Amino acid sequence: MIWDWAYTWDILPELLRGLVVTVQATLVGSVVALVLGLVLALLRRSRLAVIRIVTGGFVEFVRSTPLLVQLYFLFFVLPSLGITLSGFQAGVIGLGVHYATYTSEVYRAGIEGVPRGQWEAATALNLPSSRVWRSVILPQAIPRVLPALGNYVIAMFKETPLLSAITVLEMLAAAKGIGNQTFRYLEPLTLVGLLFLLVSLPASFTVRRLERRFGH
Amino acid sequence: MDTDKLADVVHVEPPAAREMVRFDKVVKRYGDNVVLRELDFHVKPGERITLIGPSGSGKTTILRLLMTIEKADEGKIHVDGDCLTHTRRGDHDVPADEKHIRQVRKKIGMIFQQFNLFPNMKVLRNVSEAPVHCLGLSRGEAEARAIELLELVGLGTKVDAYPSQLSGGQQQRVAIARALAMQPKVLCLDEVTSALDPELVAEVLNVLRNVAASTDITMLCVTHEMKFARDVSDRVLMFDKGQIVEEAPPDKLFTQPEHQRTRTFLRAVLEEH
Amino acid sequence: MSEILDYLPLLLEGAWLTLQITAGAAVLGLVCAFASGLAAVSGSRTARAVSMVYVEFFRGTSALVQLFWLFFALPLVGIRFEPIAAGIVALGLNIGSYGSEVVRGAIKAIPKTQYEATVALNMSAYRRMRSVILPQAVVSMLPPFGNLLIELLKGTSLVSIISISDLTFSAQILRSGGSDTLTVFLVVLVMYFLMAYALTLGMRALERRGAASIGRGKIPIQRDVAKLPEPV
Ligand SMILES: Nc1ncnc2c1ncn2[C@@H]1O[C@H](COP(=O)(O)OP(=O)(O)OP(=O)(O)O)[C@@H](O)[C@H]1O
Ligand SMILES: [Mg+2]
Repeated sequence: MIWDWAYTWDILPELLRGLVVTVQATLVGSVVALVLGLVLALLRRSRLAVIRIVTGGFVEFVRSTPLLVQLYFLFFVLPSLGITLSGFQAGVIGLGVHYATYTSEVYRAGIEGVPRGQWEAATALNLPSSRVWRSVILPQAIPRVLPALGNYVIAMFKETPLLSAITVLEMLAAAKGIGNQTFRYLEPLTLVGLLFLLVSLPASFTVRRLERRFGH
Repeated sequence: MDTDKLADVVHVEPPAAREMVRFDKVVKRYGDNVVLRELDFHVKPGERITLIGPSGSGKTTILRLLMTIEKADEGKIHVDGDCLTHTRRGDHDVPADEKHIRQVRKKIGMIFQQFNLFPNMKVLRNVSEAPVHCLGLSRGEAEARAIELLELVGLGTKVDAYPSQLSGGQQQRVAIARALAMQPKVLCLDEVTSALDPELVAEVLNVLRNVAASTDITMLCVTHEMKFARDVSDRVLMFDKGQIVEEAPPDKLFTQPEHQRTRTFLRAVLEEH
Repeated sequence: MSEILDYLPLLLEGAWLTLQITAGAAVLGLVCAFASGLAAVSGSRTARAVSMVYVEFFRGTSALVQLFWLFFALPLVGIRFEPIAAGIVALGLNIGSYGSEVVRGAIKAIPKTQYEATVALNMSAYRRMRSVILPQAVVSMLPPFGNLLIELLKGTSLVSIISISDLTFSAQILRSGGSDTLTVFLVVLVMYFLMAYALTLGMRALERRGAASIGRGKIPIQRDVAKLPEPV
């Protein structure tokens, strides 16, 4: 028999501990991505051309370069500039910033999707611009883009294994560690795959239902 | 347009049966909505039929069933002596398979309200593609015939244009050429001028008048162009709620309709014009 | 500055391998995307089920997990890949699952009326797909394919983790060799950016040609004009 069940049960708890780290990294990374993404989207609409251009360039650059290299940069290069981050810190910042460039596009589409008449009505009421954003535009823009944001949170979850490359003991690192000790990779790596499916399939399913509800 | 020439290019084979189209107790439902209830009617070879009736009465559905775009829930449809909906297996009829349907469908063509040209093909290819692949003509033969047909519908200079570069009237004339290129015995026309700007309607109707005058193609037409219906058709069928209310030659039906339902419908249509 | 010249050859070699792996995985991914996308819209229940399992499995798990699984776990059941082959296969299968959704979506988005027109012309299912549906669908696949190609290029950096000397791996070598890591990594990031930019430009050109092929945008020089007689 190729598959060793006893071994499977033995290693499961350690993998589940890895899953906890994976989920933590996803959650913290999501907060960074969701907040920073909105900030980037707003900066891209700034009245100052310099800010628009610099933000646009930053988004384009981060989006077209690999997350793994960005993680290495945060973890290995920043210390030479006097900034030392733990693997987990570098990981969630890397994930968060990388995905913020995606979520900023989502927010942007949502904001552009708010009908022109809403802006005009708000102007007619003579509301200050911060109030227009907070009370009129964002409350309409954000619910509509929730499914798209959800998809990026799931995508981020699936990229957390990259954190194993900067010493974070998430699920894949745990599996690899077990494999290195026992020389049996089949069970731990297959389990990791299954655990990913176990979380991401229901999550995607929920997002798809949300999408249908929002009528896309 | 040269009608003799058209008769040469569109060579329709002689009919194989006394009835070109027959609907036999055809039922069509969408969910609980019974669109056609046990509809019976037939069309003779070469006959031109106009279907009229209020919106939702099932006119389009009839043409789409005949074209096999939709499937009938019950009943049978025959075309030129062949059953379109069923094949015989042993001693009973079973629903027709794709192979059988394609065999019978060869005889039928359709022109749509929205033209439905293929945007990825130039005009010439729109007209020649199906003859090459579905009639087995060589590319050269098919294109030569496509060019003749396009000249006959007044588009000899547009062979190299994409559909998106043509007006609606021109697109619809390409669609007519495309349907004729398949040498159909039966042609279904579903409100072929209602998507056109008013000034483009005449050019399309003139082409169709010539097709009617110079070929033996059996035609089933849904139209609100009462003058065209009068000129071209042999018989008008008035539909309501998926059933035939009244049928008569156009002169009779348009001037002395027998049923109240027909009268109110015609009054409403004529007022609008 | 002179130091850059010292390590540039190594980085360029890495970038070349990165491009090769991208190309290999893109070809495999394209094949998988079409096979699976066409299966997803086919009449066969089995084909649709196989396609769904493929897509959900590869999209539901992580690319790096898939790569590790191919590279570390499969040898235990007797299937052994060369590292570069493992990289290309894992990345190709992964991107193909996303591509499958693109193919399926583009085909489904072709208006029903086009299907009806092919029925009226008595086309076979194959002819319909080949002459009418795919030529139109492919045009709308190009922009999302372009995005996936960039994702793939970025994804190739994962192969450095199984010690393939791509661009990312070369950067890691230089880092552990004690080079000026800040410059090395900035140069590497810029190199990735430039490669992505070049791919984007290429895809844009393809998109323009695609738009022209369905009569939108600028129409290419008409081939048949050449057949016309010369003016006298
Ligand atoms: N795909 C469909 N799904 C559900 N119901 C349909 C569908 N197609 C047609 N129907 C219904 O079938 C009935 C007949 O429709 P049909 O299109 O044949 O009418 P029609 O006589 O052509 O009307 P019109 O003059 O408006 O074109 C209508 O009640 C319509 O709502
Ligand atoms: Mg209708």
